[in-house]
Amino acid sequence: MKRVVEGSEAVAEAVRLARVNVISAYPITPQTHIVEFLSEYCANGTMDARFLRVESEHSALAALIGTATTGVRSFTATSGQGLALMHELLHWTSGARLPIVMAEVNRALAPGWNIWVDQTDSLAQRDTGWIQLYCEDSQEVLDTIIQAYRLGELVDLPVMVVLDAFFLSHTYEPVDVPDQKLVDDYLPSWEPKFQLDTEKPCAFGPLVTPAFYMEMRHAIAGAMEDALEVFPRVEDEFEKIFDRRYGEIEAVSCNDAEIILVTSGTATSTSRLVVENLRAKGEKVGLLKIKLFRPFPVELVRKVLAPAKKVAVIDRNFSFGASGIFAQEIRAALCNTMKHPPVFGYVAGIGGRDVTADVIEDIYRRAKASDFPEGESVWVGLQEN
Amino acid sequence: MKQIFQRPKYLKDAVFHYCPGCGHSIIHRLVAEVIEELDIAEKTIGVPPAGCAVLAYDYFDLDMCEAPHGRGAAVATGVKRALPDRIVFSYQGDGDIAAIGTAETIHAANRGENITIIFVNNSCYGMTGGQMAPTTILGQNSSTTPGGRDSLRDGTPIDLSEMLAITKGSVYIERTSVNSPKNIRKTKKAIKKAFKIQMAGLGFSLIEVLSPCPTNWKLSPVDACKWIDETIVKTYPMKVIKDEAGNID
Repeated sequence: MKRVVEGSEAVAEAVRLARVNVISAYPITPQTHIVEFLSEYCANGTMDARFLRVESEHSALAALIGTATTGVRSFTATSGQGLALMHELLHWTSGARLPIVMAEVNRALAPGWNIWVDQTDSLAQRDTGWIQLYCEDSQEVLDTIIQAYRLGELVDLPVMVVLDAFFLSHTYEPVDVPDQKLVDDYLPSWEPKFQLDTEKPCAFGPLVTPAFYMEMRHAIAGAMEDALEVFPRVEDEFEKIFDRRYGEIEAVSCNDAEIILVTSGTATSTSRLVVENLRAKGEKVGLLKIKLFRPFPVELVRKVLAPAKKVAVIDRNFSFGASGIFAQEIRAALCNTMKHPPVFGYVAGIGGRDVTADVIEDIYRRAKASDFPEGESVWVGLQEN
Repeated sequence: MKQIFQRPKYLKDAVFHYCPGCGHSIIHRLVAEVIEELDIAEKTIGVPPAGCAVLAYDYFDLDMCEAPHGRGAAVATGVKRALPDRIVFSYQGDGDIAAIGTAETIHAANRGENITIIFVNNSCYGMTGGQMAPTTILGQNSSTTPGGRDSLRDGTPIDLSEMLAITKGSVYIERTSVNSPKNIRKTKKAIKKAFKIQMAGLGFSLIEVLSPCPTNWKLSPVDACKWIDETIVKTYPMKVIKDEAGNID
């Protein structure tokens, strides 16, 4: 049924529809509405789940390591500082091969305190072994949470579904909230390969010597490769029932594009408009949206970007001492192709500053005007002084 | 004409962002008055929290060093150890000190760190919109406990001050409130004593202040003050919980 819901409610509805058994969370702006909706569902009986009101994000994820090891579907949501506090447990979750799903509301890191959108929090966790999916609108958020359980449980990896602070979490949009029956058809109950069960004694998380540790890590790397293979299947099954799919990436007007903009999150929607307007003026511009960031869909990205003359990546994040993180990934993906376009990195919208259509068009004009990137990153829209 | 009341010297001429009826404004004033009366402003460093008092540095005319969420006692420890002749206080809400920051608070007390903590307890996560905190009293409605906190499901309210009193390193711990003129005066006296203990180098002191939160309790400011007397104190009685300093005047 189509309803007008807040982005946070779309997350909560998806969690309810996915028949999650346990939610463990600590409130942090701008994630709070998600846990408030879920508390309400648990209290009014429309969701049959336990809600653990723990004292920190560190404990929130640690508790889910406990619940998921017993084989029950587990969910948490956090943001910014909260995700940073979870860091140790993020590695643990993937190392323990637990398909926990998290909604991560992108928020800037302190100091200075800032509750607004910035992707550095989640991108800084790129090496923790979590699958990462970046969403553009609330429908995609809802659908992706449901798909995330399917995907994660197929490859035994945790999944982070990422959405922009406020632009998504607190914005109301029409969203198709599917029937429970259809979601049940799509998402079978989780059958863990191993679980804590005193009838079948088992010990988890042991000491692993150099003789075996490398193989365990290699298996996680393999699971990430499996996720790349499984992802289209997860989407095929979803599309068959719900008639919607998003793709690991989405190429818009890229076939004959000379300059391709690369975006993620809500900046993508604005970029769609800019590309349409520029196309109407005869500019040969395209847009590549990256949804699946971990595992990074290298081959798909190469296929779209390699024929272009230039690539302009818009990063709402920054890796200090390096560059925008999406730009890094794109450069790494392209460098082993024989012929590839130069990659221009632009940093915009840090700490919740708007990435407007004007900003995006300015980025396009800058990329068009220069033959080769002068540096790894150009910060757009900085105040003078 | 004789002036009998004025803005404390070490509160800036700024408009508080706090909600109507919130206790923070009063507690800020008391801390500023004590610092003025003890004439320690030039050597005092404050550590504000994450939570409603996150903007405390906009109000106190003192050196301030923001702590990550819950880490006030640890950051204050570091500042005090590096600058032992300064007066260092952290200012934290219950969501900060009694939830995410419980571990470092207990260990700072246990080490007997010579710092002062102002612990403002409104029995919920105020800034994020009134969710259940470990301090939420049984039966209290919050945005994550619709229908009230249930001990079997959500555990019982945490007595952080009593826990800190058990540690051998703590010197002075008192629980007060700012819900009446009388309690405000008692709170000021307690805060002053806590700072004096630090000045005398005696060790860890903490004042827990029960603070009205009309917005999240969904009560009028007057009723919020009454609710402290009628309900909150049954869980969190106002009293001197530990005093090994005695009369240090």
